[in-house]
Amino acid sequence: MKLGRRELLLLILLAIAVVLPPRLGIYYVRFATQIAIYGMAALSVDLLLGYTGLITFGQAAIFGVGAYAAGMLIVSGFTNAFIAWPLAILASMLATLVIGALSLRTRGFQFIMVTLAFAQMLYYFAQSLRNWGGDDGFSTRRRNDLGFLSLENHETFYYVVLVLLVLVCWLTFRLVRSEFGMVILGIRDNERRAAAIGFPPYPYKLAIFVIAGGIAGLAGALMANHAKFVSPSVLSWQLSGELLAMVILGSANSLIGPILGAAFFLAFRDMLSDYTEHWMLFFGPLLVARVLLMRNGIWGTLIRATSGGETPREPKVDFPETGERVAAAKPEAGV
Amino acid sequence: MSEFLLEIEGLRKAFGALVATNNVTLNVRVGETHALIGPNGAGKTTLVGQLTGEITPDAGRIRFAGRDITGLTTAERARLGLARSFQITSIFPSFSAEGNVALAVQATEPHSFRFWHPAEQIQRLREPARKLLADVGIAPLAQRTAAAMSHGQHRQLEIAMALATRPSMLLLDEPMAGLGTEESRAMSALLGGIKGRRHTILLVEHDMDVVFQLADRISVLVGGRVVASGSPDEIRNHSEVRIAYLGEDEDEFAGALNAQG
Repeated sequence: MKLGRRELLLLILLAIAVVLPPRLGIYYVRFATQIAIYGMAALSVDLLLGYTGLITFGQAAIFGVGAYAAGMLIVSGFTNAFIAWPLAILASMLATLVIGALSLRTRGFQFIMVTLAFAQMLYYFAQSLRNWGGDDGFSTRRRNDLGFLSLENHETFYYVVLVLLVLVCWLTFRLVRSEFGMVILGIRDNERRAAAIGFPPYPYKLAIFVIAGGIAGLAGALMANHAKFVSPSVLSWQLSGELLAMVILGSANSLIGPILGAAFFLAFRDMLSDYTEHWMLFFGPLLVARVLLMRNGIWGTLIRATSGGETPREPKVDFPETGERVAAAKPEAGV
Repeated sequence: MSEFLLEIEGLRKAFGALVATNNVTLNVRVGETHALIGPNGAGKTTLVGQLTGEITPDAGRIRFAGRDITGLTTAERARLGLARSFQITSIFPSFSAEGNVALAVQATEPHSFRFWHPAEQIQRLREPARKLLADVGIAPLAQRTAAAMSHGQHRQLEIAMALATRPSMLLLDEPMAGLGTEESRAMSALLGGIKGRRHTILLVEHDMDVVFQLADRISVLVGGRVVASGSPDEIRNHSEVRIAYLGEDEDEFAGALNAQG
């Protein structure tokens, strides 16, 4: 098999993810786990933002449904991950099905507001669960196990999360290149045209919304395991915004970009919050700089830096009928 | 089945006080090229919007292949065999030319909820797409990103996409718009070839040369009403048509008529 630059770069990143954190100590293993989990959630946002052209402000609520489902199952004695995690995914997909069925009837700015409204409803619902700690949340006290394997060891848990992240990346990679993926990209590029050749946009948008919801739900379940603690803050709209920031930072319309974005976002927050609680004051300009200076995000810049200045072709044609597109059009589905 | 593929009956659409489509009745026969002409503001775009399902009429019915489609969505109409091209270029800019057409071929399948096999490797979609690109004359550009193609090439690509859905009727909304002389000639030859294959076409067009060259029948829309409908010769000699156009664009229409007559 011939390895392209892209594949080589991916392998190097994966090797770093496998080798580096344990050598740096337990704090960094936990930090890397956090990156992988938020990276997975950001990837689900990117499926909607970068690949379908949907800006959602409610993905954290879906993440939260997965976290609550997994947390409640652990406390109730369902510690086997093979049961608990699929159930958490299912719960998230059901929640997205309901939210999506209603919110996808709107578009553009309305859609953002409706997803935000649903997210806030779930947030306050979680707050009202008095048996589950209400506003304070609850501790799960332990993690799920894989039956034969305990996940209490931070390193073991990190590698399980990493394997799942790679698996999700691979599945979504297949997804966005499949016939279904082409319809999704077509809807992002030009929804009116997609309808004119015979693709009803609604069921396809709903399907990708639910798939992204399942991924966010898995990430949420992993977060409940990671922190051994679940509270309404995992459903907050601030987290939804942070996930969007990670995607934009890393590069929308690539699958690895959001994960890199999550890494930079969390590292930046970690470093700056040692000095000031107003770290957003410095993060804001960084996000602006990314948009102004690196048109294709961190991943796009990495690819270009290693390819000796070859610029990826980015269309600059003005299409009046595709004004609703969010992500700049780029060649079909990169990794 | 009746001799008409498309039957428009008493169609009406008003935007406030402006009646854009005023009791339009129009039939398109199987296999004919029917041109719809009219001065700017005659309501052509509104009529096209109602035919494709993007605008809901206030009253009237549209029948296609013997079936009432008035309440159907755009996608449902497309799946019944009513394909269209757009007045303003409408393609998938981030796809390759071949990808654009392949997606249109894919649209003829019952559904696209297939999540596994890479679409680029599915020859069932790619082969017809390549053939269609050759048919419209842009085969060498198959791998070019659509956004990087010229306006004229976009128009050709649109025709290929419309044909890819294997339609029983083509609704061409000003296919000549914005084309240069050379491109116009190529496009009109292309449309002639499509007509030659017995496609049913509803052609909305400003270019009178093309209209009189291709159309079997012509309907004239003025102020939202069909003022005349008939063969090119009948339209050429129709007094109301002459008056309507004389007020609007004397030189162009008169010039075209004289050139033909």
